[in-house]
Amino acid sequence: MPTFGNAQLKLLEKLCNVIAISGDEGEVRKIVLEEIKPYADEVKVDALGNVLATRSGRARSGKRTRVMRYAHMDEVGFMFAEDEGEGIYRFETVGGIDARHLLGKQVYVGKDRTPGVIGGKPVHLMDAGERVRKVPVDGLRIDLGLIGKAKIGDRAGFATQFRRVGPSIMSKAIDDRIGVVTLIELLKYAPANVDVCAAFTVQEEIGLRGAKVAAQYFNPDMAIAIDSTPANDLPLHDGGENMTYNTKLGFGPAIYIADGSTLHDPRLVRFLQATAEAGAIPYQFRQPGGGGTDSGAIQKALAGIPTVSVSVPHRYTHSPISISRVDDWKNTLTLLHAALKKITPALLATR
Amino acid sequence: MTDILPFLKSIISISGVSGYEAPVAALIEEKWRPLVDEVRTSRVGSLHGLKRGSGKGKRPAIMIATHMDAIGMMVSKVADGFLHITNVGGIDVRVLPGAPVTVHANSGDELPGVIVMPSAKLLPESGSASEVLEIGYLLVDTGLTPREVEKKVRVGDLVSFANEPMELAGEIISGHTLDNRASVAALTICLEELQGKSHVWDVWAVATVQEETSYLGAYTSAFDLRPQIAIAVDGTFAKGPGANGWQTHPMGKGVGLCLGPNMHPFLHKKLTELADQLEIPWFLDVTTAASGTDAYPMQVSAEGIPTALVEYPLRYMHTPVEMVSVKDIQRAGRLLAEFIASLEADFVDTIIWE
Repeated sequence: MPTFGNAQLKLLEKLCNVIAISGDEGEVRKIVLEEIKPYADEVKVDALGNVLATRSGRARSGKRTRVMRYAHMDEVGFMFAEDEGEGIYRFETVGGIDARHLLGKQVYVGKDRTPGVIGGKPVHLMDAGERVRKVPVDGLRIDLGLIGKAKIGDRAGFATQFRRVGPSIMSKAIDDRIGVVTLIELLKYAPANVDVCAAFTVQEEIGLRGAKVAAQYFNPDMAIAIDSTPANDLPLHDGGENMTYNTKLGFGPAIYIADGSTLHDPRLVRFLQATAEAGAIPYQFRQPGGGGTDSGAIQKALAGIPTVSVSVPHRYTHSPISISRVDDWKNTLTLLHAALKKITPALLATR
Repeated sequence: MTDILPFLKSIISISGVSGYEAPVAALIEEKWRPLVDEVRTSRVGSLHGLKRGSGKGKRPAIMIATHMDAIGMMVSKVADGFLHITNVGGIDVRVLPGAPVTVHANSGDELPGVIVMPSAKLLPESGSASEVLEIGYLLVDTGLTPREVEKKVRVGDLVSFANEPMELAGEIISGHTLDNRASVAALTICLEELQGKSHVWDVWAVATVQEETSYLGAYTSAFDLRPQIAIAVDGTFAKGPGANGWQTHPMGKGVGLCLGPNMHPFLHKKLTELADQLEIPWFLDVTTAASGTDAYPMQVSAEGIPTALVEYPLRYMHTPVEMVSVKDIQRAGRLLAEFIASLEADFVDTIIWE
């Protein structure tokens, strides 16, 4: 049984505070490799940088189901594009970032974590029209100080540090380091009845690129994505009821039924629901709608792979600080472990 | 010259939103106490440090005003566990979404939080995805449950920026509230320099309150202390991204000496001559009317006070990542000290209008 305590929170903190922009996931990869080494039978870093680990079930009788689980290592951020001199750089965003989150934020740049800030024209020098218009990324610069140096192509990420506050955690990269740490814990305590194929994927934020090749490598019987989903559960501006939320913080792991790219396998959706109910584990269905996870790529891989996604809800996606509830994470880990233990080939034999 | 950075970092890591300057005032008082002969607090909360001059009898006095208050926010409503906010001073709303803050709760707790932007689906339809959101639509999330929030937070609680200072390459410091705690640091350097110098005049080192909202501190302290001359220290626009017009000046290349109706031309001239003589690099900053600094109220306090303005270039004004060159702060401090030391007992009588 995976445990949930300070050690897991410490690991999550470590994972959240490093920077791993899509295509440059090395810092997270290093931690993942170190953590899973004692537990995996086989570990491979593939051509894209995915970490692919297998742990075969110890059961000697019966057919073991090959279950792929995946979480993405990358996060949204910035890439340096042009040196304007005196420590000032033009940059481009990597992944879906609303530019309105950028002005006046602190960043770390490159492997040495050089400190910098995102600046733009001061409001006092703007006319009234300019003040209410969104500043595009083109109007912003990363400033490293008068003699600050970076290389074109360097990546940068938000400098916000992880913190635990009451029932919540705050971090720049809950999406999806919370999935990464969950996957590490699940691998450590993999039950005997399944072969766990753990994929720590790259480039999710820029089009689910890593997951596809990972699925083709593992050739699993089924797959479960572990991600973090935007909750969008704030009140309406006029105080009215929010009827368009995706999930709600504090209501447990969010099981996907349908999103923008995937109708999740109904057998697996029902199975997760039944597992949660049998174990009295809180859960919620994510409201059907847009968005997506790596499942969109995996379902279509090979001859088709039955997939489902489970997410820990968070607020303020792709911003300098997201917020999740510790209990939602704990219940996600409990649900996924309980589900793994119950998986048999019979699960996929029905329609 | 002692290293001012630890002190500057400490005073930009503590709150002191306009009207509520007590936390930062305590740090400044502690730093100034050994550097001055007495420290007291004005009726409205400004800090008055007196360093007596060597002159005999009734000595003339110079007042140096550096405002210690910070722009910030205040809770305007608590709803569903989220906090609505309004501004205290001139907040640039464009920097708010995603900004880490501290909520100074009525319960006595300092709650970490973040300013958040609800998604377009939750906002009125009018162009919300491309426009800057008004402060009225932004919320603060403390990560606490609605019940805990209701218990701890009240309307009127302060919200201040919470990001830590960053030291950048080239002796640059970045953080919130450098406007105008950098001036407090410059004045502190001035007081340190004066320890080894003799000066005839009394020096009133003043950390003023509520500059960002009403100039309350400068109006009242100048009236109370009746200095013969007054100098304000504040930031001006540094050249940088989006800021290259005539109003902007290079960071790290010297101090600004402001010229315009808000300043006494004779004092301005004396300061420029002294800077030249000491080879302290400086630039001329032209301000056609109100300077938007404590110089503005001080000039018309009591029967009117000859006033000057010393500036340092500041990048990204009124954002949580304001930026200054430590060298410019040291230059400002040194120029102030040298100016004070140069004042003869009869300096006031030499002030002339051309």
